[in-house]
Amino acid sequence: MLDTAVAIETPEGIDFDLVPSGPIARVLAYLADLLIRGVVMIALSIFLGLLGDFGGGLYLVFYFFLEWLYPVVFEVTRGATPGKMWLDLKVVHDDGTPVTLSSSLLRNLLRTADFLPLFYATGLISMLCNDQFKRLGDIAAGTLVVRISKPRQPARQELPPPSLSPVPLNQAEQAAVIQFTLRHDVLSKPRQAELAGILESMLLGMPGDTQSVTSSTEEADQKNVFKLRQIGAYLLGNNQGANAQNQTAQSSEATSS
Amino acid sequence: MKQALFEQQHQSFWQEYAELVDALEKKQTCDFKRFVPAYRRLCQHIAIARHRGYSPHLVDFLNQLNWRGHQLLYQRPSMTWIGLMGFLRFGFPQAVRAHAKVISIASLLMYGPALVLIGLILWQPDWVYSLLDAHEVASFEAMYDPDSERLGEARDAESNVYMFGHYIQNNISVAFRTFATGIVFTLGSLFFLTLNGVFFGAVAGHLTHIGYTEPFWTFVVAHSAFEVTAITFAGAAGIKIGFALLAPGLQSRRQALQKASREVVPIIYGTILMLVIAAFIEAFWSSDHSFPPLVKYSVGAVMWILVLAYFTWAGRWRESS
Repeated sequence: MLDTAVAIETPEGIDFDLVPSGPIARVLAYLADLLIRGVVMIALSIFLGLLGDFGGGLYLVFYFFLEWLYPVVFEVTRGATPGKMWLDLKVVHDDGTPVTLSSSLLRNLLRTADFLPLFYATGLISMLCNDQFKRLGDIAAGTLVVRISKPRQPARQELPPPSLSPVPLNQAEQAAVIQFTLRHDVLSKPRQAELAGILESMLLGMPGDTQSVTSSTEEADQKNVFKLRQIGAYLLGNNQGANAQNQTAQSSEATSS
Repeated sequence: MKQALFEQQHQSFWQEYAELVDALEKKQTCDFKRFVPAYRRLCQHIAIARHRGYSPHLVDFLNQLNWRGHQLLYQRPSMTWIGLMGFLRFGFPQAVRAHAKVISIASLLMYGPALVLIGLILWQPDWVYSLLDAHEVASFEAMYDPDSERLGEARDAESNVYMFGHYIQNNISVAFRTFATGIVFTLGSLFFLTLNGVFFGAVAGHLTHIGYTEPFWTFVVAHSAFEVTAITFAGAAGIKIGFALLAPGLQSRRQALQKASREVVPIIYGTILMLVIAAFIEAFWSSDHSFPPLVKYSVGAVMWILVLAYFTWAGRWRESS
């Protein structure tokens, strides 16, 4: 597939994909954090301003913490700063493990270098120059900002009655048909017809299409899509299978919330 | 086996696993004994699902569960309080000694210009105005004026706290900047180290020249043991990572940078600690001019001896040479 996903192999011998976050989301997350920090600083200055020099000293200590250690604290304890959480981003090591204090400190101290000469110019250029959108701090610390995908919305749909494929399908073909069947909702009607149309000659051999010659092209297209989904339903198992699929997605929704 | 049947069979297990991971993530339970076998079983399910070409939806869903488990199971060791003790006793001094060469270069870059400037300004006092503008010079003069009322007595506690905050914010930021800009092929660190040296030299030379020797040097001597040393450490760390990019050796530049960064992390931790100590001393001891100069100088000397002794002898045990 043509994407930026990085496959991480676990010691159990399976892969999972991490999707590095692009510059736009990270800039937005940074701006959100900047806003949060600004608001906290203003609130603190009003409150600590009442305490005279003593408050002033505390204010400067807080200022230091917010300027340098705010991202470190959140990344180590939560995996992401509030701004990043808002955009579903997370900071991890190159191997997918959660970020440690050392790595987080490194990547955040090197922000200074990424900021040079103005407005994170170096960091942005660095992000655009490598395939995992790393700024200098990420390269040095060996970290990665990834997008956490929420478990996907279930393909809530009734599958047609299953039907055997007229020709044997190999595994890749089966996978394609299943994917077509389950992605029915996200594809436009003409696109569905186009995809199913490719297999028209194969689908003609299926039972129950005596009138297909007389009907309009649109109806024929509909019929092709329907038949292809019938095969998909068969490959998935049965109608019950479709329900189980929904349950899977539902349960994942429930647990992620 | 058809996908539907597979899902049916394992549905309840996935549910259970997801709930367990949820509880572990929220630290409601520590049931890793139950978690680990469940995690391995899930991994097996993913392998099966991929191998049999089940729908990407299912594989995605299982991967999502797996990733959350992976985050819990595979973590790198992180700092703990026990780790901190070990760090102070062995890690920090050993890391400093391991980087003795680059630290001496950084020190040279800072002390060299400072000494040269002191000498130059004692020789040609007017040159201070080509480095600092008149306002700055005047403000420094006012700060260390031996006749001023403020110097004679101890500052009140409140303004001490204010200065503490100022030193934390200012000095640690300077150290961080000196380190981070070193990634630009060492240039930033070289620049900031030299700049600090020149600036300190100019001020020290000028104040010594106009006869404010005592208030200035009694103020500086104690905390500088920690502060100046820490800044040179930060600069040395910056030079090291920048140099890794300049001369990566047999590794790729990325590998060299990562390796150098990992090695300087202990020095950065130590630098932060030293600067916090320095801020304490500077705010609550250095500013207190109610003690006679002899006491101030001896305390300063003790501080310098402590720092040097710590980095020379601490943590020799178990050190791989």
